[in-house]
Amino acid sequence: MSLLDYFRSSKPNTASLAKERLQILVAHERSSRNKPSYLPKLQQELLEVIRKYVNVEQDAITVNFEQDGNQETLELNIVLPEGR
Amino acid sequence: MARIIVVTSGKGGVGKTTTSAAIAMGLAKRGHKTAVIDFDVGLRNLDLIMGCERRVVYDLVNVINNEATLNQALIKDKRCDQLFILPASQTRDKDALTTEGVGKVLEELSKDFKYIVCDSPAGIERGATLAMYFADDAFVVTNPEVSSVRDSDRMLGILSSKSRRAEKGEEPIKEYLLLSRYSPDRVKLGEMLSVEDVQEILSLHLLGVIPESKSVLNASNSGTPVILDEQSDAGQAYTDIVARYLGENKPHRFIDEEKKGLFSKLFGR
Repeated sequence: MSLLDYFRSSKPNTASLAKERLQILVAHERSSRNKPSYLPKLQQELLEVIRKYVNVEQDAITVNFEQDGNQETLELNIVLPEGR
Repeated sequence: MARIIVVTSGKGGVGKTTTSAAIAMGLAKRGHKTAVIDFDVGLRNLDLIMGCERRVVYDLVNVINNEATLNQALIKDKRCDQLFILPASQTRDKDALTTEGVGKVLEELSKDFKYIVCDSPAGIERGATLAMYFADDAFVVTNPEVSSVRDSDRMLGILSSKSRRAEKGEEPIKEYLLLSRYSPDRVKLGEMLSVEDVQEILSLHLLGVIPESKSVLNASNSGTPVILDEQSDAGQAYTDIVARYLGENKPHRFIDEEKKGLFSKLFGR
């Protein structure tokens, strides 16, 4: 019995590992697939404009694009620095 | 009007040309006039798998450039009079294929044929995107292996956004999963992704499983579409796939190990 267990444990189930990796990867790639290609540039330019007035961090702006059926939502989130 | 089927995968070597040859022959044998087109410009190989490599005179690019008529370029299969092959060109000119040119050829074929099977090259360059652009149905050939599954998902994205149907806002291309080179015994050992795993990841309708089979190499060695090897597991798998595509209800086979298949048959599962 212990011998059988030894053989079993020496064979990791690589298929489930493959599935897990693929599920994460495919979900990530799908979420970025339908986004307009101008998003990174938009984010960069918005950051430049805002920095003229407020000194915000590089990652203070998040631009989120979501598609739900025929409705597309562009969500812009700016975190202003505290104590100003 | 013909129904246009693209056989695609993204990744190379998964069995696109084998599948194109098999399903085109299968549809033709069922009495439907079928044309199969090789879109792999520069790396023509469908002619070899179909066994008509010595009968190629004109090709797809010749027809597009009006250097030959469609009837001159189409090769009539010697085993089935309903099947015609349109070979790819060996030119190294990457711009040989144009959307207008391919559209014109497909439109002309549509008048006379019931099914047009487009054998896509690997990758996501022009040949591949043009093979799928005009499609009504897509057969996504996938191996139970990480890079193949990932590339298939990538192709699904392109199918849904860069096809004629998508651009015109028409009903989307119908997508089907063909899982090839499947080894039930390795799945059981936990060494290979299962049908369910791949279906879960890609969320695609399964048209059939083609088992890893020696008959595929034997068929390509002799230039015979594997579907004509009626004794072989792969040949039978493709026959089932054609039947299912034509709307018949065939239970899936080659998913479980041989012994278990018999066992479940006996006990009515």
